[in-house]
Amino acid sequence: MPTTMRINGEAFQSSSAPNSRLLDVLRNECDLKGTKEGCGEGECGACAVLVNGKLVNSCLVPLGQMEQAEITTVEGLPEDSTLARAFVQCGATQCGICTPGMMLAATALLAEHANPTLEEIRWGLSGNLCRCTGYGRIYAAIAQAAGGSADV
Amino acid sequence: MSLTLVKQRTDHQKASPRRVDGVAKIRGTALYVDDLPCADVLHGATVRTTEAGGTLQEVVFDPAIDWSEFVVVTARDIPGMNAVKLLENDQVVLVDRAFRHAGEAVVLLAHADPEKLGMALKGVSLVELPNTAPIFDIDAALAAQHEIIPGNIYTDYLLDRGDVAEGEHLADVIIEERFLTPSQEQLYIEPQGMLAHLQEDGGILVEGSMQCPYYVLDALVQCMGMDKDHLRVVQSTTGGAFGGKEDYPSMIACHAALLALKAGGRSVKLVYERGEDLRVTPKRHPSRTLIRLGANKAGELQFIDMDFAIDGGAYRTLSPVVLSRGVIHAPGPYKCPHIRVRGRAVATNHPPFGAFRGFGAPQSIFAMEVAMDRLAKKLAMDPAELRRINLLRTGDLSPTGDVVGADCFAHAALDAALEHTHYYQRLAEYRAWNAAGYQTRKGIGLATFAHGAGFTGNGELHLASRVSLQALANGHVEILCSNTEMGQGAATTLVQIAADALGLPMDRVHLAQADTSRVPNSGPTVASRTCMVVGDLIQKAAGQLLQRLRETAELAASYDAQSFAAACTRLCAAAGDTLVTAQYQPPADMRWDEQAFLGRAYASYAWAAYIAEVEVDLLTLVTRVLDFTAVQEIGDAVHPVIVQGQIEGGVAQGIGYALHEDVLWNERGVMANDRLTNYIIPTSADLGFMHVVLLEGGLGAGPKGAKGVGELPMDGPAPAIVNAIQRALDIDIRQIPVRPEMLLELTMSGGH
Repeated sequence: MPTTMRINGEAFQSSSAPNSRLLDVLRNECDLKGTKEGCGEGECGACAVLVNGKLVNSCLVPLGQMEQAEITTVEGLPEDSTLARAFVQCGATQCGICTPGMMLAATALLAEHANPTLEEIRWGLSGNLCRCTGYGRIYAAIAQAAGGSADV
Repeated sequence: MSLTLVKQRTDHQKASPRRVDGVAKIRGTALYVDDLPCADVLHGATVRTTEAGGTLQEVVFDPAIDWSEFVVVTARDIPGMNAVKLLENDQVVLVDRAFRHAGEAVVLLAHADPEKLGMALKGVSLVELPNTAPIFDIDAALAAQHEIIPGNIYTDYLLDRGDVAEGEHLADVIIEERFLTPSQEQLYIEPQGMLAHLQEDGGILVEGSMQCPYYVLDALVQCMGMDKDHLRVVQSTTGGAFGGKEDYPSMIACHAALLALKAGGRSVKLVYERGEDLRVTPKRHPSRTLIRLGANKAGELQFIDMDFAIDGGAYRTLSPVVLSRGVIHAPGPYKCPHIRVRGRAVATNHPPFGAFRGFGAPQSIFAMEVAMDRLAKKLAMDPAELRRINLLRTGDLSPTGDVVGADCFAHAALDAALEHTHYYQRLAEYRAWNAAGYQTRKGIGLATFAHGAGFTGNGELHLASRVSLQALANGHVEILCSNTEMGQGAATTLVQIAADALGLPMDRVHLAQADTSRVPNSGPTVASRTCMVVGDLIQKAAGQLLQRLRETAELAASYDAQSFAAACTRLCAAAGDTLVTAQYQPPADMRWDEQAFLGRAYASYAWAAYIAEVEVDLLTLVTRVLDFTAVQEIGDAVHPVIVQGQIEGGVAQGIGYALHEDVLWNERGVMANDRLTNYIIPTSADLGFMHVVLLEGGLGAGPKGAKGVGELPMDGPAPAIVNAIQRALDIDIRQIPVRPEMLLELTMSGGH
């Protein structure tokens, strides 16, 4: 039985097996290559997407659970936003492989805490590994996007 | 040198233009190797040895599988030489008979369906006659009867200046220690991978994740037995590297190319899953250092005597160069009349170790800096004071025996670090805290060090790097070089340097994709050399281009982007030569004796003082870095935000090295904790505050006096953190990572 969901606001139906990874459906069926595979076991967050507004690792999500789900990938985020601008300006991206997941983690964080404290930012990103930045410039970007100081 | 001569940068946002690759990465449109569009692609996989060296007797293919569906490649299919081109041709592309470690490639398979491929992998069994006495330890390799190579030593270096025996006579206080550092995984978040295509002319195009396109090209030339004109290597967006994508991409590219050659025109993608990447690709060399330091009562170093040995693994690969950097950096940024450093890279049955940020220096600097604190303790002197007494100044002789020039800011870095952290005040506060008997202990520790940028010694001379600039008819300029963006910001920094030198806005300058069919060989993207060495070449090429436009296309002495464009249009219309090329020339005073390890080893050193403040929970023995202050003199920060990101990222890797990251080995010498679940790198929740202070003396060998910064931040965190923990708990530590289990053992045994 096909699985019906909404991906980045558009209806999508997949006939893949229910135990297919959401990650593979997004990358191979929808050609949404912004969702990355870093570890395949839910540790790194490179494949993070929003499912019904919640941050999840798509490599751990079976397609069968996605019936009627609302899924947002990095391609579904606004092209220009205060968050995106802050990420560029503050140096929050280096190699970029974790960045889509980070953008979604930051989006989920800001949805929950419009003005997050540094501690909330740190815990909000703790499921997304970045090996390049040491996270400092990412904190700065999120703080700036929330209207705070970039001097983190 | 007084601090007033050094500029301290405070506003990092100023003069930091937007990254040229920023928007694509943030929108998720940047294409990494696994994202490249490719119709009808086959997926590749690798069958590997399981024993820690031995002889391959037979390869058995399960008769239940229809192998005609698969592309199958073995050593017999290699058209050229069965060796991965690097320093020495000792590592095979595919095992034919003899092998030295578990995880060596034997058979390559490709199929359109990844699931079928996975099943077929299990259908190939290897009959291996195992090596009965595998070696996995440095001292065991040196003592072993069984030889992997003669003496089990790849390289044996000696830096010997002065007379250590004389130094022993002059020393009032002597300390002796043995230090161990573990392997460390680069853990770039994008696993390694390559995509190979057979071309119409019978040649091969390989695209993928890499640092050094010309290393890959040279490896393909040798393995495929084709000339350069039939081979093309293109770097795709690279998701982190840190040294890990210096040599191994050559191996994967050869594998992908061999499969593509037999795949009947279909392209082959060989992307590793995380576990395979962790098990087989090179990591940081484990090290063992025996060190003796002697000082007089005043604290002046009288001798440094080190026996520094690194585990090179089963093949030579990059070990000799890693070792040489480790040996040169071992004695630290100190003046000392009598220095002996013996360095050896030994052979074991581990997979080969390779490049990782710092390249041998973090290992030897760790030993030296923790030993300095031990010496301070024995002298009853503050460690900062001991360093102040011994740090190099202009006019001193460096450890490799050259006279230190004006570009020496070791004291400035230390002074700034002490001032920023309120070191002496913190020291008193932490003493009071620890005496009060709370549940935690706090400590502050430091490390002072210098890191040389560019290839060691005469390396840059041998590389003879070339960079070109291409003027386009519309007034834009393209940079042609083989150096790669892998996250470190090279694409932005190099464009910025070119735009600055040409007097153009940045949007008029573009960095060409690293494609060996288009760009000249400007050397590998390693050794903190890109901004300093390649940036300098870009600046020189820009000078040539401006001169050409003035002489042949009437570019006025004063011009703007529009009149520059008009001159380019005229040059193109007149069919003039629009390409300029600059080639590396060594600094006039660069003299290096490769045998004696004497002279000037690097065009520039960056100087640093790092201070860690830690808190250890006495119940759990978990250490937390509360504050980390990184002060470094780097010549000039071309792009302060990128520099800050490099330093913070490097410090985070250093904190991981000090506290969390440990490669564990199974009984066959393969990484046992081959998952992100059990190989632990710092998350955002693990890291405390970091303060980055940039000092700019303006005297480096790069553009506007810039120096390399990429590797530097890896050197200091581990010794600074260990020194801080030692003071917090009053114990002696000899090994990293400092995990709670180790602290438990140490505190239970009295701590020394």
